[in-house]
Amino acid sequence: MQRNLFSYIWRYSRPEQLVILLLVVFAQVFYFMSLTVPKSIVNNGITGNAFKNHHTIPFLVWELDLSAIFPGKVLRILDGFQVDQLQYLVIMSFVFLAAVIVNGQFKKSINTQKGRMGERMLRRLRYELYDRILRFPPAHFRKVKQAELATMIKDEVEPLGGFIGDAFVQPMFLGGQALTAIIFIMMQNFLLSIIVLVLLGVQMVIIPRLRKPVLVLGRQRQLSARLLAGRIAETADGNTEIHVHGAANYERADISERLGHIFKIRFDLYNKKFVAKFWNNILSQATPFAIYLVGGYFAITGQMDVGAVVGVLLAYKDLPSPIKELIDWDQQRQDVQIKYEQVIDQFQPEGMMDPDLQAVPDGPIPPLGHELVLTGVTVSEDGRVKQLDNVSLTLPTDTHVAVIGGSGSGKDVLGQVLARQVPINGGSVRIDGQDFFRLPEYVLGARAGYVGQETYLFPISVRDNLLFGLKHRPVAPAQYDDATRALREAFWRESERAGNPAFDPNADWIDYELAGASGPADLLRCIVEVLKQVELDEDIYSLGLRGTVDADKRPDLAEKILKARHALHGRLQDAAYAGLVEPFNAERYNRNLSVAENLLFGTPVGPDFDGDNLAADPYMQTVLHELRLDEELLRMGLSIAETMVELFSGLSPDNPLFEQYSFISADELPNVRLLLQRLGGKGVEAVPEADRVRLMTLPLCYVEARHRLGLIDAEMEDRLLAARRAFAAGLPGPLRGAVRFYDFEQYNGAATLQDNILFGRLVYGQAQADQRIGTLTREVLDELELHDSVIEVGLEFNVGVGGKRLGATQRQKLGIARALIKRPQFLVVNEAVAAFDGRTQDRIRDHILAAAEGRGVVWIANRPSQAEPFDRVIVMQGGRVATFGEKAQVEGNGLYAELMASA
Amino acid sequence: MNLNEEVEILKGVPLFAKMEPAKLKLLAFTGERMTFNSDQEVCHQGDPGDAMYVILGGIADVLIDTPTGQLRVAQLKKNGFFGETAILCDAPRNATIKASESLLTLRINKDMFYRLVSEFPSMAIEMMRELAHRVEDTNQKLREATANKAA
Repeated sequence: MQRNLFSYIWRYSRPEQLVILLLVVFAQVFYFMSLTVPKSIVNNGITGNAFKNHHTIPFLVWELDLSAIFPGKVLRILDGFQVDQLQYLVIMSFVFLAAVIVNGQFKKSINTQKGRMGERMLRRLRYELYDRILRFPPAHFRKVKQAELATMIKDEVEPLGGFIGDAFVQPMFLGGQALTAIIFIMMQNFLLSIIVLVLLGVQMVIIPRLRKPVLVLGRQRQLSARLLAGRIAETADGNTEIHVHGAANYERADISERLGHIFKIRFDLYNKKFVAKFWNNILSQATPFAIYLVGGYFAITGQMDVGAVVGVLLAYKDLPSPIKELIDWDQQRQDVQIKYEQVIDQFQPEGMMDPDLQAVPDGPIPPLGHELVLTGVTVSEDGRVKQLDNVSLTLPTDTHVAVIGGSGSGKDVLGQVLARQVPINGGSVRIDGQDFFRLPEYVLGARAGYVGQETYLFPISVRDNLLFGLKHRPVAPAQYDDATRALREAFWRESERAGNPAFDPNADWIDYELAGASGPADLLRCIVEVLKQVELDEDIYSLGLRGTVDADKRPDLAEKILKARHALHGRLQDAAYAGLVEPFNAERYNRNLSVAENLLFGTPVGPDFDGDNLAADPYMQTVLHELRLDEELLRMGLSIAETMVELFSGLSPDNPLFEQYSFISADELPNVRLLLQRLGGKGVEAVPEADRVRLMTLPLCYVEARHRLGLIDAEMEDRLLAARRAFAAGLPGPLRGAVRFYDFEQYNGAATLQDNILFGRLVYGQAQADQRIGTLTREVLDELELHDSVIEVGLEFNVGVGGKRLGATQRQKLGIARALIKRPQFLVVNEAVAAFDGRTQDRIRDHILAAAEGRGVVWIANRPSQAEPFDRVIVMQGGRVATFGEKAQVEGNGLYAELMASA
Repeated sequence: MNLNEEVEILKGVPLFAKMEPAKLKLLAFTGERMTFNSDQEVCHQGDPGDAMYVILGGIADVLIDTPTGQLRVAQLKKNGFFGETAILCDAPRNATIKASESLLTLRINKDMFYRLVSEFPSMAIEMMRELAHRVEDTNQKLREATANKAA
């Protein structure tokens, strides 16, 4: 990347800059016209100067005077016509209007073009910076903070966009203006013009000097803000550590220190800025001072007439504004140049990957070679400690090899080298004679797999994470209708203008063949298979049961789930399951549902009836009021409040029981207690209006079977049922979409699969009801061959930031599955199973080896005993290969025996 | 069964005899009621323990695995409790408990249990008394067994 912002801008926006420049020059004509026409209107149209001698004058006569070349030759292009004074006034007024409009149009067009050019350049710059992040050497990520990278691309380059439009046009334009004024002054009096020029020169030298410290401080401000962003991200990342070690106040001290530092920089900036402004003002007034003094002296001594002095003064009046703007522009230029440099410096680390290595394959991806040859490979991060020391190996890419060794033996580094995760400092790695480190990334990405001890997951669905390694190139373009297609094509053209690639993320990027599928239709089979290999299928199945399915998008699945509901309810008739589930029944109060759920008798869609909003909803309030249930709920609320105060009063506010069981939070309890004391058993009528809603929300989460305060008797049940019916019957149109009512014959797209199948609630306090109904559900789903469909729904689960919504072992399993689904020709498993318990480690290893029959696996063992099923073993020690070969050969080695004995 | 009825039952349990009614109510409210059908296992010998149980109604068999199969060593009735050993010393369940008729229990999980014991020393003393009884009982049986063997 060019160090100089100007050459960067010029290089990528030259044609656009020239067009804008041309427009600016052209616009001057009309600008000039809009200035001169009023003069004609006043002089000729109104005062009638031109009509003193004639009643009419010729108008619109266009003559080309060629007398300089051909004496006496005047070429008449337009004859024009005669107009009288009034006509002249009207015509010229419209000419003025037209000139103003055209002038405005030019301005608009110039500004739009400038804006577009600036935004394009900004887009290009941002893309280029991001592109560089993708090519950073892995080691560089240990040095830079991600939040800082983000701030640089997002915020720090932003002002550049605004400047780019003005980068060339502004100085030309302003310079032209200034030049005109100076020439005018020169024509009046040479000496005076010299004085003006000298004073201007002084300004142009001194003011930028005064502003220099401002720029330096501005740079510091930018750096400190960037560091602050990094620091805040660290706090978020390390929040567990901060709490575990009670270091919150140390963190506060640090941030306060930083903010103080930033304050100082910013305040200094103000000081310096206003000092510069002060001198700026003084200096700009020095010129009129000189004109008054010197011009006045000339006028008094008769060397210059008074009119000329006034003329110079007037010309000068026009001068400072372009000069000032030029100085401003120059300052802005320095400012953005510094910003630009500071940003791009961070984006050119040593050892950036060659862009060729990340090319997009233009066809199917070629296979990996057959033999990896490591010759004298040495890796040492700081140049002293050798993590790998002169390792020479020949590894066929189709065999299963285990690597064992103690910690510090270098086995993990060997694994990283085989996945090109660390650069080598000496020796060479060749694959079929080619430099392994020069292999395009797509070959490695498609044909080789690597799983380390830690897995990063993107905050997208399980499915998208799993298929991440299959997306090397768009396989099939996305299907658009004609209108969208045209829009998309315009979008890509624009991308190309800004130097961005015209890839379509909506295209199908999934390489089905790599996964062993023939197309989208049978990909699920492959997914389920790898999930089984890493024993994640059950987890995803559970996620699927908790997921939802949009019946409009998957009517087939919704119908099958409905079938499963019928089948399950058929099986629930069996006496063995009696009393475990209370089905949803429109005619009966469900004691295992909360009061709110019983009233709504459906799943809320959107916020209207969700959670606490239900009690506050005006429609629900009317329904309750009409049936006089509001008083009842208030009474129940009071009773619950009394019980809660009785139960929880003695507990400390941070007792977890509050959160788990109390209807009232620890913070609110004292207020409620006070309220009850004030009421003094006077009953609901005495409850102040302000507290009514709060008390009424309490019984809404009350579940009779669970909380057992005996608040809902048979009569109350009937009344709540009546409210349920009234609520559904009178639901106003706009609210119809806010709830999906429970209906045995209808799939409910707002509820989870599990709720859809169960169509009821587990009864509280029934031992193992959960497991038994879970097993029954599974049986039913298996019979209907829905098991994989549930997994498919589970695959849509969003794993959250960094995969945090999954457990650590689930994350790791998904990471392994992501490598396995590519069916890599050469798979490196670098202690990736260490997080699992011993038996799971061995089982997953066996699944992987069975699946990779005939393909290569390098298994960096976290326990030596894992090497047991491998034919070939590498034993490492101190960064060197102690021995390597068939198991029978290796077994004689003392170190091997020692490692095996320790396992 | 509502909360107040449960509190009445808890009042009859010696383990909780000296607790204030309000705290008993809290215990009933936060503890989990579990109903077991006849022949359903409450816990299985060897499994990790995460909760203790107080029997509020019904009868449970205490079964121990022997080489010849399960052997019933005791029966627990209303007001009895079990499962405390596993959570006190993090040991696996030392017996299988099976409902011999419909069984109603109050399940107190580990956290809750420790909180109760630390807040209500009387409960700890009561539990010690019960455990001491059991040790004495076991010793008695051991003596008899050794005497029988010697004889």
